[in-house]
Amino acid sequence: MMPELGKYEVEVLSSYAVSILLIVALVVVSILRSRKARAALDEVEKRGRKHG
Amino acid sequence: MASIWEYANPKKFIATTDKLLPWVSALAVATLVSGLIWGFFFTPEDYKQGSTVKIIYLHVPAALMAINAWMMMLVASLVWIVRRHHVSALAARAAAPIGAMMTMIALITGAIWGQPMWGTWWEWDPRLTSFLILFLFYLGYMALWSAIENDDTAADLTSILCLVGSVFALLSRYAVNFWNQGLHQGASLSMDKEEHVADVFYYPLLVCIAGFILLFVALVFLRTQTEIRARRTRALLARERLGQ
Repeated sequence: MMPELGKYEVEVLSSYAVSILLIVALVVVSILRSRKARAALDEVEKRGRKHG
Repeated sequence: MASIWEYANPKKFIATTDKLLPWVSALAVATLVSGLIWGFFFTPEDYKQGSTVKIIYLHVPAALMAINAWMMMLVASLVWIVRRHHVSALAARAAAPIGAMMTMIALITGAIWGQPMWGTWWEWDPRLTSFLILFLFYLGYMALWSAIENDDTAADLTSILCLVGSVFALLSRYAVNFWNQGLHQGASLSMDKEEHVADVFYYPLLVCIAGFILLFVALVFLRTQTEIRARRTRALLARERLGQ
């Protein structure tokens, strides 16, 4: 299944590995930050409603 | 017909992007994965560059998005300066880390590709240098947003920085044409069929570009929502402190 990459195998595979790693890292960080921001806002709004 | 300025309302923006986000995200993943699989597994080697040609499916879309992300930030910054819509300033802020990551991918894959082809990881070539400066502008832009406590002042100053940085974003795109020197070749994509890469590489490249664009849009939606919520939280906390 793996294509024959010849003498440039390291270059091609490392390009894909680094790029995919960076993309996945940014997506994960963005999702975690989004959840955190949503939870923080919910909490402050709930507190605000409680205190009128 | 609804005006585009309706989306300057944070609630309207969140409601609309909440509906769009799952679709855009799914489409981004499907396009990106299929484009990369097509390019990596089902395209031949180039007669000159060997298998390193497969790096094109990451390098070119990332470089394209690095420049276009800054252009999107420029438009959003201009909207902030002219119309003072907070969502546009926050969208520019949200796009910066994505653009920085795209620039980093373009620089890293370019260096890895350049080593076997040019015999060097780096050269102070016009396009490479302007790309490095663009990356530094991204870092400076993000640092400036973090350094200033008042959101409106931060939006003002970062908008000015964005206007200045646009020169380098444009230079990154057109440096090869301006100076006609350096190691980096001309554009891989062109409206002129004679100029762009062979069809066997071109079509999977277009799919990868579409995937990167959709990924950018999905991340901008998600991160802008985050910035809007974080800003609202800061405002409510400030109100709480005043009330005590």
